Amino acid sequence: MNKSLDSHLALADARRLTQRVHFERDGTVTIASGKVDLGQGISTALAQIAAEELGVPLEKVCILPASTAYSPDEGVTSGSLSIQDGGKGLRKACAELRELLKRSGKRSYWELEVAGDIPAEAPEKPPAEYRLVGKSVPRLELPAKIAGEPSYVHDIVLPGMVHARVLRPPRPYARLVSLPAAPAGTEIVRDGSFAAVLAAREEDAIEAAKKLRAKAVWTDDARMPEDIYGWLKGHATENKVTKENADPVAKARGVKRLQAEYRKPFICHASIGPSCALARMEGEPLEVWSHTQGIFGLRQELAMVLRLPEERIVVHHAEGAGCYGHNGADDVALDAALIARMAKGRAVRLQWTREDEFAWEPYGPAMVVALDAQLDAQGNIVSWRHDLWSNGHTHRPGRASKPVLIAAGELAPPFERAPAIDPPLPAGGAQRNAIPGYEFPDLLVMHHYVREAPVAGSSLRSLGAFGNVYGIESFMDELALAANVDPVDLRLRHLKDPRGRAVIDAVVRESRWANWKRMEGKGHGIAYARYKNIGGYCAVVAEVEATHELRVRRLVAAVDVGLPVNPDGVANQVEGGCVQATSWALKEAWRPGALTWEEYPILKFSEAPAVEVHIVRNELPSLGAGECMMGPTVAAIANALCDAASTRSARRRCAWCSPKRGSSTRSTS
Amino acid sequence: MNLTVNGTAHAVAAKPDTPLLYVLRNELGLVGSRYGCGSGLCGACYVLIDGRPMASCDLPVSFAVGKQITTVEGLAAKGELHAVQRALIAEQAAQCGYCMSGIAVSAAALLAANKRPTEAQVRAALDKHLCRCGSHNRVVKAVLRAAHE
Ligand code: FES
Ligand code: FES
Repeated sequence: MNKSLDSHLALADARRLTQRVHFERDGTVTIASGKVDLGQGISTALAQIAAEELGVPLEKVCILPASTAYSPDEGVTSGSLSIQDGGKGLRKACAELRELLKRSGKRSYWELEVAGDIPAEAPEKPPAEYRLVGKSVPRLELPAKIAGEPSYVHDIVLPGMVHARVLRPPRPYARLVSLPAAPAGTEIVRDGSFAAVLAAREEDAIEAAKKLRAKAVWTDDARMPEDIYGWLKGHATENKVTKENADPVAKARGVKRLQAEYRKPFICHASIGPSCALARMEGEPLEVWSHTQGIFGLRQELAMVLRLPEERIVVHHAEGAGCYGHNGADDVALDAALIARMAKGRAVRLQWTREDEFAWEPYGPAMVVALDAQLDAQGNIVSWRHDLWSNGHTHRPGRASKPVLIAAGELAPPFERAPAIDPPLPAGGAQRNAIPGYEFPDLLVMHHYVREAPVAGSSLRSLGAFGNVYGIESFMDELALAANVDPVDLRLRHLKDPRGRAVIDAVVRESRWANWKRMEGKGHGIAYARYKNIGGYCAVVAEVEATHELRVRRLVAAVDVGLPVNPDGVANQVEGGCVQATSWALKEAWRPGALTWEEYPILKFSEAPAVEVHIVRNELPSLGAGECMMGPTVAAIANALCDAASTRSARRRCAWCSPKRGSSTRSTS
Repeated sequence: MNLTVNGTAHAVAAKPDTPLLYVLRNELGLVGSRYGCGSGLCGACYVLIDGRPMASCDLPVSFAVGKQITTVEGLAAKGELHAVQRALIAEQAAQCGYCMSGIAVSAAALLAANKRPTEAQVRAALDKHLCRCGSHNRVVKAVLRAAHE
């Protein structure tokens, strides 16, 4: 390699290392990570990785909150990739530092000078020697939260800050026509249809916003289609083959054809803490405090909408309540920045209300999944077709040449907003997990992308995997029934991947699947998927009761996420995901006008099922654990409900059951 | 107006109909009580008023005058966290933790009234508290653990 290029690279390497890992005078190590804590305990897992690789005690390691001012750009914290990707980069950097220390002859990192000469192929610790990674350690930031200390963006206080509330209509598509004057002691700022009210005291901003909203005039010309599923099917703008493997000979062996359609409603992220942001534009630069999942993407969007160079904007990450994907975090941050621009140098704290969040968060998009398959005389699946209709599942800032956030479209003049998109496979958006993990000889998967969105949607935990796995795994049960084969057997017949088979075996064993006793009004069901077809493996068994109400009694999940960095953290995320998926399945479907917890109820303490998690351990590379359970859980629940519905007294089905499903075909034996 | 919060008297300037939550958070700097819905439906803002768990987000501050207000920050005694808080940490019973302050005060009130609650009683006592992260079962385990300390 060219010499100057070489030293240039080495310098970039040194910068990368020192940017990431800092040995502080007080004997601690601070780590700048581009990944952010979303309530999933990622900072603890990253601290474990750093401590392990450097060989320093865990207590010495401190993960800094991310900021565009000093963090490496690691994209968004999403898709269960933080440990897979962020962990990898950090591990490499720490291994290089350890090697550097070894070669330098110094006694400790604290005496080390990181210069141009970075050992390129520094050996990483072999997993067999891990003492910290793979061990359950308590979450580092939890005690402060439990004690009620300031922990969230909501708790930040800036000198002289004013409190703001945005003035949006209670529907996600109406626009502002006119506003009355600001109540005494408050102040309205407005740019086009974007308006907010400011007050020194938060309660005054709240009161004023209530009054102003009640008297404001809004247009209400757009409407949600009555039948969103029919509407989606009629509005595809692109019909793409996701996967095709035509085998007419195999298909011709089919003796029985089954078709079914599965529907996924709009679902809210519904964070317990509505989105919040602070912003200050006092001279330069513009500073924003946000619980965004991507500080750099947000900065790019802010630069575009405020027409500022990126260097004049700093986005600091501060934790929010759990977000489970792309919620109102980025929208509220742009709102706050726009208000700060009109606030004459005062710092602004903008808290979205619960109603704002329900009305304006980017919902997990509605989907239709239609399946069509053929069974041969032996009950094997010989042909499979999967069609899905959906809006894009990614509407995050920083990915398009046009802005995506709400306020951008409200300014005068408004920006044209880019539509939600779907990243390509293997990650995918709507098409995530549309390709079945099973082997079927004749296969066609079609993705019908719908550009026009009746309401804005974006990434919700597991994206399209949720709807696709729900459809595929529900349909597998339909086919098993039609073929008169045990649902577990049918899956194993078509699943080659040994790791997938192992989680199914584990869940069958741990749930005592074979010992299930058939009882009036009760049912059990199983489902399986490998997240994104390249991520974590998960199989779930659900046991339900469907009598006067639908109840999930017990969930058993088996997961293989490679080497679990913090096994208790993995179990915690899987348990939480199983409970959340239960809530989605039993209770949730967003409709326009749902603005409160009464209108959008979620699962309560008295309704939460018992959850058992079994981690199938190995030392293979770590895979994300945060999302793999969502699809399998809802599908297992739907299958269990259909199983229960086949007993005579129980005809209640979950709202998501296929319209054609479980009506008369199940035997009552 | 004078308020007694976590055993200490404070003079506050807020108007009498101001929801207690904003007085706690913005005037007294006690941000442990969180805003979740502002209408008594989620439990994130719960505090104890004379030992009774109540939403502070829609409670006029004037109502709390002359009463004992205990926030999550006031559960600790003699520099040690409350048994419920210790158990929540021991069970790693949270993900984002946003709902936990309200849960902790309600659980503390439950244990003050009922030393050995059953699992069903714990669930009933916490039913007003929403947790989106799905930490329910670990929280229940933690409260039962605290009861047996
Ligand atoms: S914020 Fe008070 S109950 Fe939700
Ligand atoms: S731990 Fe996140 S809402 Fe309960």
